Amino acid sequence: MNIYVLLKRTFDTEEKISLSNGRIQEDGAEFIINPYDEYAVEEAIQVRDAQGGEVTVVTVGGEDAEKELRTALAMGADKAVLINIEDDVEDGDQYTTAKILSEYLKEQEVDLIIGGNVAIDGGSGQVGPRVAGLLDIPYVTTVTKLEIDGENVTVTKDVEGDSEIIETSLPLLITAQQGLNEPRYPSLPGIMKAKKKPLEELELDDLDLEEDDVEAKTKSIEIYLPAQKEAGKVLQGEIPDQVKELVQLLRSEAKVI
Amino acid sequence: MSRKVIVLGETRDSSLRNVSFEAVAAAKTVAEGGEVVGVVFGEAVSEAGKELIHYGADRVIVVENEQLKQYSSDGYTQALMAVIDQENPEGIILGHTSLGKDLAPRLAGKLGSGLISDAIAVEEAGGNIVFTRPIYSGKAFEKRIVTEGIVFATIRPNNIDPLEHDASRSGDVQSLSVDIKDLRTVIKEVLRKATEGVDLSEAKVIVAGGRGVKSAEGFEPLKELADVLGGAVGASRGACDADYCDYALQIGQTGKVVTPDLYIACGISGAIQHLAGMSNSKVIVAINKDPEANIFKVADYGIVGDLFEVVPLLTEEIKALLVKS
Repeated sequence: MNIYVLLKRTFDTEEKISLSNGRIQEDGAEFIINPYDEYAVEEAIQVRDAQGGEVTVVTVGGEDAEKELRTALAMGADKAVLINIEDDVEDGDQYTTAKILSEYLKEQEVDLIIGGNVAIDGGSGQVGPRVAGLLDIPYVTTVTKLEIDGENVTVTKDVEGDSEIIETSLPLLITAQQGLNEPRYPSLPGIMKAKKKPLEELELDDLDLEEDDVEAKTKSIEIYLPAQKEAGKVLQGEIPDQVKELVQLLRSEAKVI
Repeated sequence: MSRKVIVLGETRDSSLRNVSFEAVAAAKTVAEGGEVVGVVFGEAVSEAGKELIHYGADRVIVVENEQLKQYSSDGYTQALMAVIDQENPEGIILGHTSLGKDLAPRLAGKLGSGLISDAIAVEEAGGNIVFTRPIYSGKAFEKRIVTEGIVFATIRPNNIDPLEHDASRSGDVQSLSVDIKDLRTVIKEVLRKATEGVDLSEAKVIVAGGRGVKSAEGFEPLKELADVLGGAVGASRGACDADYCDYALQIGQTGKVVTPDLYIACGISGAIQHLAGMSNSKVIVAINKDPEANIFKVADYGIVGDLFEVVPLLTEEIKALLVKS
């Protein structure tokens, strides 16, 4: 099976966000594989181990993303592809990323594509379904279980708490939801092996794409931080009195009950 | 500049979800005086369609087809493309729900258009329709515009007020027949794991438990408090990981993001990842034994105490208050 994983490099979940010249400050930030994409890498590896085949991890980004690709290789992926748009594209959006990924993927033999269901920085969750739409293959988002039996596939989809059991077939794109699996930590031998695994770098030219073809259709015009909340009241006194006071405040001050 | 905007209403058990009406309100802003056309899919949904008009849509298109009773990407894409081909809209609004998150980007890919997801506000400013949305799990916000093509957006439930309901408002409800076929994903079974009652993402009041709840039974007093307030029960990742509750309740960076009017955090320490899921609540109450707990930094009101003592007392006090009112 030829399995492709869509991977994005994001800030670590603990990172505090600060602005510099109206843009998110990246200097000094810790970067990781988007947590949802980790589930995708892990699932791809498990499917390959069960069914045979090869796992290729793909990312659209800059030089720095090599680090996250190597981590995925260290987890057990076989190959990595960096589509480096640093020099060609400024301020791309999800239209941009999906177009680039689908141009790459349509030239490959693809049985299964797995992505995370949302990136914790952008938070829009668009790229997976966009790519499926562009490649015209079936897809299921927010998957918590994947079972492949030949060409037949049964997936469990998380729908706001309910679970849907869905039957579909390959080729297929799925996006990973929390609970799909427990991503492994790269082992030391894995990290060593990863250094020798193939990491291919492509640019727009290699995909026969011009900057105009992938130009963003949306634009961010302002970024701001939420207003600092005023310090709250920590109540004092005997617990029963505090509770009475709280209820009073919620009714007359906060006006929420 | 006026635009024709279509709004996909989302049904749940034959009535429209609130986010559909919120979407009509958002569509009005995007339309800038142009026509807002509601769209509903399913079986026997004409009555539901009329509700969209009562909440501000100018007319409604109904696609009634057995194949659309349950959501499928292929089915809904075919139906919505048929509407788009007929109407040539300049704007499209959906709710940022499981359905919206699944359908909108696929459709945007097919249309070759931009898409702005998870908007919490929409306004006309400086000649553009400007959408405000959270980024970095709500640690920051961005204002985003469409620079080319259809103004396509999904809106976060519970953030944009619907227009006033007006049962006297009238408009055409038109039928469109669409041949829905070749569905490549088929739902075989639906396991309703979610608890009955209020949907977390639409709840106005949430009572949430963390590791401090100590067991599955520990959620009982929280459930009682939620019931009295007509709210929903949520949880931190810690509580879910410890098996005190189902992951369906998880609020946080890798769980649900909620924006209730009142969020009562019980036995939750307030890790950054949890705050990402609830820090935009209008009013936050924290109940925790540990006075140093991070949650107190974001709470509007805090009680340092044992939740098993505080929560039942709170339930009683609120019951008494509601009886008096």
